[in-house]
This record gives sequence, C-alpha cells and structure tokens, in this order.
Amino acid sequence: MKQVIMGNHALSYGAMLSRVQVIAAYPITPQTQVVELLSEICADKRLDAEFVKVESEHSALAASMGASAVGARVFTATSSQGLALMHEIIHWTVGARLPIVLGNINRAMGPPWSIWTEQNDSLSERDTGCIQFYAQNNQEVLDTVIQAFKVSERVFLPSMVILDAFVLSHTSELVDVPEQKLVDEYLPPFAPKYKLDVNEPHTFGGLTGPDGYYELRYKINEAMEEAKEVIKETGKEFGEKFGREYGLVEAYRMDDAETVLVTSATIASTARVAIDELRKEGKKVGLLRVRVFRPFPSEEIRELLSGRKKVALIDRNISFGHGGIFAQEIKSALYNYKDTPPIWGYIIGLGGRDVTVNDIKGIINDTIESDKPEKDIIWKGVRL
Amino acid sequence: MKLTIPQEELVTSGHLACQGCGGALCMRYALKALGKNTIVDIPACCWSVIDGPFPHSSLRIPLFHTAFETAASVASGIRAGLDALGKKDINVLAWAGDGGTFDIGIQALSGAVERNDDIIYICYDNEAYMNTGIQRSSATPYGAWTTTTPVKHFKKMAKKDMVKIMAAHRIPYTATSSVAYPEDFIKKVEKAKKIKGTKFIHILSPCPPGWKSQPEDTIKLARLAVSTCIFPIYEVENGEKYTINKVIKNPRPVKEYLGRQGRFRHLKEKDIEQIQENVIESYRELLKKANIEEEIHIKEG
Repeated sequence: MKQVIMGNHALSYGAMLSRVQVIAAYPITPQTQVVELLSEICADKRLDAEFVKVESEHSALAASMGASAVGARVFTATSSQGLALMHEIIHWTVGARLPIVLGNINRAMGPPWSIWTEQNDSLSERDTGCIQFYAQNNQEVLDTVIQAFKVSERVFLPSMVILDAFVLSHTSELVDVPEQKLVDEYLPPFAPKYKLDVNEPHTFGGLTGPDGYYELRYKINEAMEEAKEVIKETGKEFGEKFGREYGLVEAYRMDDAETVLVTSATIASTARVAIDELRKEGKKVGLLRVRVFRPFPSEEIRELLSGRKKVALIDRNISFGHGGIFAQEIKSALYNYKDTPPIWGYIIGLGGRDVTVNDIKGIINDTIESDKPEKDIIWKGVRL
Repeated sequence: MKLTIPQEELVTSGHLACQGCGGALCMRYALKALGKNTIVDIPACCWSVIDGPFPHSSLRIPLFHTAFETAASVASGIRAGLDALGKKDINVLAWAGDGGTFDIGIQALSGAVERNDDIIYICYDNEAYMNTGIQRSSATPYGAWTTTTPVKHFKKMAKKDMVKIMAAHRIPYTATSSVAYPEDFIKKVEKAKKIKGTKFIHILSPCPPGWKSQPEDTIKLARLAVSTCIFPIYEVENGEKYTINKVIKNPRPVKEYLGRQGRFRHLKEKDIEQIQENVIESYRELLKKANIEEEIHIKEG
C-alpha cells in the first residue's frame, strides 16, 4: 500500500514488517519518531515484540545483544552521539556474531551542538565489522531494513541502515509499504544454530589467546566478503518479489560517461538532477552511487571507474588531516590497478549545509575544466 | 544429617581462580541455588578469567561474556528475548564484580532496576579492581591500601552503600550475604528466584592476593566481616522492609578483621578507632531500620 511517510517511520515500518521480536532503544534527535512509532505499534499489538526502554544507547545495544544471543530478532535505532556511545558494543556485537539491525540517522557530532546531517558518526564505525547501507530515499530505507535482516542473519554480522538527518528522517515521501504476507515469504523467521540455550549450554566470548583470536578475525572478514554476494543476491530477490532491485552500487547514465561523479545517500538523489541537466548541455557525465560502504564494493567500483577520464567525489564527511572518507576508500580500491582516473575529492554540506543541484553541477564543471587535482581536499563553499 | 545445600555442581573443577578465592565459591553456591535452568552474563571481572580460556568453560550453564558496564543491560536483553520467545521460566543471572557494579555498570544497573526487569543481579564484592591488579573501586573500604591508594594516601572515602542505593529504587528484593554463610546465601538466591522483578544480592568475597591475606583465612575473614558488623547480612524487601538475618549483639572488635589483612597493615591506632566508631554507628542505623531495639557492646578478647 502506498503511503506518505517520513524516513524515520520508514525505519519503524521496516522493523515492524520484519517482525522484530525485541526492540531496545533510547531517544535522540533526529531519531525519536522511529522509537515513538514503534512504541505505538507494540502497544496496539500490530507487532508482538518486547520493547526495552533503556537508559542509554550503550544499554540499548547491550540489551539488543542479550536478546539476539537467545535467538530473538532485534532492532535498535540511534544517531550521532548515541552511535558514538554504542561504539564499544558495536565491536562486541560483531565479535559475538549477532545479526542485529540498527537504524542510524546521520547527524553531525558535537561540539558545537548540531542536529543536522553529516556522515562522520557512522563512518567512525568503519572498522567495527558492522555492515553499512546508505539510503537515498525513504522507500530504500524501508526496503533496506528488511533486506538487512536477511543479509545479517545469513552472515552473522550486524547491519546499519543509514539515512540523512532531516533530509530523509523528517521528510515525507511516497513509499510503497509492502504486504506482510510478501515480507514473510521473503524473510523467514530467525533461527540461529548457536544461541544461549539451557538445554545445550555454550559459553560465548570467553578469553581467547593469540592462538585462536586471529582465526576468529579472519572469519569475520570472510563473513564480510560473503556479505557482498549475499547483498547482491538478496537485493535481486527483493526486486523479483517487490519490483525494486538493489545492489552494492548504482550506476546512472554511466555508459559513455567520461567524467563520473561518485557520492552516497541523498546527495546522490540531487546529483541525478544535476547529471540530467549537464547531459542536456552535451556533457558526458554519469553518477556512481555507493549504497553499501561495508563491505566495500571495490570490484564494482573498479569496473565502473577504470578507463574514465575523471572522477569527482563528493563527501559529506571528513577525516581530519586526510580528506573525504569515501574518497580515501575509492582511491585505495583503485590503487594497484590499471587505467585508473584521477580523483578530485570535494567536501561539502558538513553539519547539514544544503547541497543543491547547482553546487553539484559546479563541482562537476570544475572537475571537467581542471587539468589535475591540485589538492587532496577541495572544500566547496567554505566561507572564511 | 539432612543436607540443605543442593548437591548438583554446576561449576566444574579446572577453573582458573586463585587459591582461596571467595568469588569461585560464590558462583558455586549461587548456581546450586539457581540450577541448570539459568542463563548468566558476566562482564569484565575476575570471573571473565576464572571461567577458563577458550575453548574451555567451567560453567555448565549458558554463559555470555560481555563488556564491563553491561551486566545489567545484557541481562535485561536476555530476559526480553526469552519473553519474546515464550521461554518465561528461565532464570536470568547477571554476575559482576564490585567495579562492574558500584562504578562503571551502575547506570545500566539503575536502569534495569527502575524498569524492574525480571533478573537476578549478584555482585561478588572483593572490594577493588582485583582482576586488573588491585586498584581502588568505590567498594574499597575506608583505610584500605590498593595500588592506586598507596599506604601514604590510603583510601579516605567510605565504601559506597550499594544496598541502600538499590533500596532507594524500591527494588522488590535486595540482600547482602557473606561467603562464610553458604546456607544464608543459597536461601537468598532461592528466594530471589521466586520473586518477580529485579533482585540484587551483594556478597562479600575475600580476595587473598588483593587483601594480602592467607588463602586459608578466606572463610574466617568473611565470617569476621559479619561478626564485627563491618558487613552485616540482611535483606530489604520493596525498599522498605529490613530484616537482619544475623543480629550481632556483641560485635567482635574490627581490629580482629583488619589485623589479618595486609591491606590495612599501615593503619594507626586512631584510624582503627575511627573505623570501629563508624562501623558501630552504621550498624545502629541498620538496627533502627529493622526495628530492632538492641544495645550493642563490643566483645573484647
């Protein structure tokens, strides 16, 4: 059924349709509507789930772990400072191989206080082993929650479904909310082989020396590698069932593109308009949207970027002292390979500053007109 | 003679506790009371090591090792998960040391108690961060030496009163116990098992390496802690009804307890007098709460 819903409610409906059994969450702007709607959904029994109203994000994820470890399907949601507080437990969730799905609203970190969008919160969790999906619209938010459970429960790693603060979280869009019956056919109940079970007692996470730990990390990386295939497979299967297919990346007007713009999340939606307008002017430009950041789709990116003339990268995030984080990742994916194009790394829209079609067109035109990248970081629109 | 303590052993031999470890005995007794139908989570504490390195485990029940400050929150999650799956009759035990309870885990514990989540939280208290090598915690008593409260600057603050904090939450059941009184401890765990909501049991657990005491003195010290009134054993129901399980009319002098531990060796006579005074004052306050009118006199010699 088509409904006009905000991004936060797309997360809630995604969790509801996935028939989550336990929710543990703590409120933070701009995530609050996610848990408010889920509270209502649980209260009026549209969803038969236990909702643990914890006293912090740290406890939200810790309680999620306990519930997941006994074999329940678990959802939580947070943003920014809340995600940073969860950081330790994200590592623990990965090490314990618990397939929890976490909705994160991208919000800038303080100080100074900011509630607007920026990707530094989730990108700071880059090396935890949590799968990361960046959504570009509310439909994708809802669809990705359902897919994330399927992926996580196959590879036993948690997933983060990420959306921009306000641009998606509080913006209403037309969303096709799928029928429960179809979702049930797509997503079977969670039935882990190993769990906390009094009839078959096991110890989880016991002290492990150097002779064992190394192999356990190898296994996590192996699961991440496997996740690439599983994401593609489940995204395709989703398309067959619901008519909307998803992959690791999305290519737009790339066939003969000489200059490619690479970006993620809602900037990609805006960029599509910019690409269309530039195409009308006869410029051979295309767009590559990175949907999944972990595992990183290196092969797909290499395939789509090698042989191109130029690449412009837009990052709504910054690794201080080095540059945009997607830019770094893409550069490292291309290194050691042939026919790699030069990359212009632009930083834009930090702390929720608007990113317009004209901004993006400007970036692409600057890239076309420039011979080579003069600096590692190109600040777009900084007012000093 | 009729045995009052269940015979089934759910803690196996081969665990890694130090000689004379009170904490190992505490777990053994607690699991005797709770039985096999129990899931436990353990945050960073001595028991993270005692349980045994992977792939070994000395517990015969499912165990989830977790991060330092999450004993209560993980237990809440385990309970929620079990409820969601319709497995409501399983005991959920959070098992933490004093650092994980009094200090870094107090927020999560307070949250669980306020929500009245149906879990049993047991704190085995060895009065310092023993697993990291004897650093002070807020459970370290006044006067004690630790590596972070060296002799010249021994701990000048009193031990945090955790049971009082729990009672202020109007927790359905909270109690103290001592490893020298297994029947008392087991009875309390069995009682906790039958009560719905959050239960908090605080058990004193001597630590020979940390207290600089003899391993063979563990039980003696745990008993002296009670008979000197330094660690009275009592219970509080719904935050209001105080029951002292072992009323001490003639407390032993505290010096008998302190003198057997190297961690108090530096104390001067006046320090010991001060501790003695504080102990009696606290005990009088407790008697009052339990509505017991009793004159107490220290039993010398």
